[in-house]
Amino acid sequence: MRDASPAKTYALHIGVIALLFALNFVLPDYHQGLFARIMALAVFAMGYNLLFGYVGLLSLGHAMFFSAGLYGAGLTVHHLGWGVPQAFVAGVVCGALLALVIGLLALRTSGVAFMIVTMMFAQVFYLLILYFAAWTGGDQGLVIQQASRVISIGGISLDLTDPTVRYMSALALFAVVLLIALALVRSRFGRVLVAIRENEERTKMLGYDTVANKLIAVVASGAICAASGAAYALLFGYVGSNFASIQYSILPLLWVLLGGAATTLGPLIGTLFMYYVTDITSGFTSAYLLIVGVALILLVLFAPKGIMGSIRERWLGWLP
Amino acid sequence: MADTGLLTIAGLDCFYGEVQVLYGLDLALNKGEVLCLFGRNGAGKTTTLKAIMGLVPAAAGSIRLDGKELTGLAAHDVPKAGVAYVPQGRRLFAEMSVAENIEIGLMARGKGKQTRENVLDLFPLLRERLKQRSGTLSGGEQQMLAMARALCLEPQVLLLDEPTEGLMPSMIARIRETVAKLRELGVSTILVEQRVDAVLSVADRVCFIENGRNRETVDVEALRADPSAVRRYVGVG
Repeated sequence: MRDASPAKTYALHIGVIALLFALNFVLPDYHQGLFARIMALAVFAMGYNLLFGYVGLLSLGHAMFFSAGLYGAGLTVHHLGWGVPQAFVAGVVCGALLALVIGLLALRTSGVAFMIVTMMFAQVFYLLILYFAAWTGGDQGLVIQQASRVISIGGISLDLTDPTVRYMSALALFAVVLLIALALVRSRFGRVLVAIRENEERTKMLGYDTVANKLIAVVASGAICAASGAAYALLFGYVGSNFASIQYSILPLLWVLLGGAATTLGPLIGTLFMYYVTDITSGFTSAYLLIVGVALILLVLFAPKGIMGSIRERWLGWLP
Repeated sequence: MADTGLLTIAGLDCFYGEVQVLYGLDLALNKGEVLCLFGRNGAGKTTTLKAIMGLVPAAAGSIRLDGKELTGLAAHDVPKAGVAYVPQGRRLFAEMSVAENIEIGLMARGKGKQTRENVLDLFPLLRERLKQRSGTLSGGEQQMLAMARALCLEPQVLLLDEPTEGLMPSMIARIRETVAKLRELGVSTILVEQRVDAVLSVADRVCFIENGRNRETVDVEALRADPSAVRRYVGVG
């Protein structure tokens, strides 16, 4: 990242948030719903990007953090009757605690071993969800009733099943996490994470406790992914084991690679691109995954640093 | 030079797996001196530096800085104790700019603008390249940046592993000048070097290492007068 004035950087990000806000009023119903989903999942990608893009740790197990949030929120609403805010916090706490435990164990490894260890833990988590089907709903999952998805604040009720409320809630989460991510990568901590990615041994030789910094990054990444999962459960009313499967560990990797690893806006762009390519091509042919695959190959060939990464490399060196 | 023994190594044994590479190594670096470790490839020079930094564990012996034991410290705690290391091959943060590389060094020990200015005064060339991506610097400039980043820690002891390797003569001269300046500023340096001319021009004392053992330590004046030790341990000179 080249030096850029904070005002310019923050202006860009606030501009993106403002654009997403304005889109709520012009998008047709179908696309409004799709954008709400994309923003919620872009938060998942941002959490993944923190670890993969900035620290250089490639995890194949982030579905467990997303689903820890998903189930942490969903089960507390479904079984304990908790309100939406409490359930959301429960989901985030579940993801952060799980990330702390997984981080303590998995950070004893690096490289390919880290990928495999995280993938195995995620598989264990997935199988546990299926095993405790009486609580989790197993492969059928659980539906969170509409009545449970209402937030009451000072006499005002916000129904998360209402498309506009759902869109704005997803946007609020996305905006908060985007600004946190931006502040994080511009902070001392963020610079140390990049240094670790560039050369861990050298960073250690400058006196940084690289293991402690990586552990903090794993926990922050896990908590952000869990926030995405918790929001997804509460906004869309479904908690299912498929979100804990390997597919949901690979998807954020794809979104981040497409959008641009180690860029703050890349996760949104990647998620948006992937969703719309899939959505548009599936309207033409049942072999849409083939077209998605070709699009991915072309992008990797001609923009190996992802969309935002390539823009930064070629034109806007100051992009964070 | 007064033997103030800033950094002392006594009876140091180190292993790579089951292979022993250092055998009871003894070494003393005095305050404000440049001590050169000299020997053939594989003699144990770089391993000695890595052992000081805690990158290779000491199986036996002690390493003390100003009386404080360094063995057993985590590798990231050794720089905090006052030792900075510039490894062979520079190892910069290639994607970061020159300024960001320096900033990472400054942040490590909470140093500020004054330290930054002092370091850039030592390497004025870097001042002109602050916004340049460090991976695009020339070899000599990269070496300067690696040294600058290490000096941001304001170390008592600087460890330099073959800083002139692969550099053109004008850059080698600049690196030598900088090492000499650092001595004037009171920074003690352990220098691993393969070039006899470089050793003779900047070192105060030379420690000959052979097969993981220190064979002889001589003043550079004595070595200039009688270079037979260089022939004996390295086969050149």
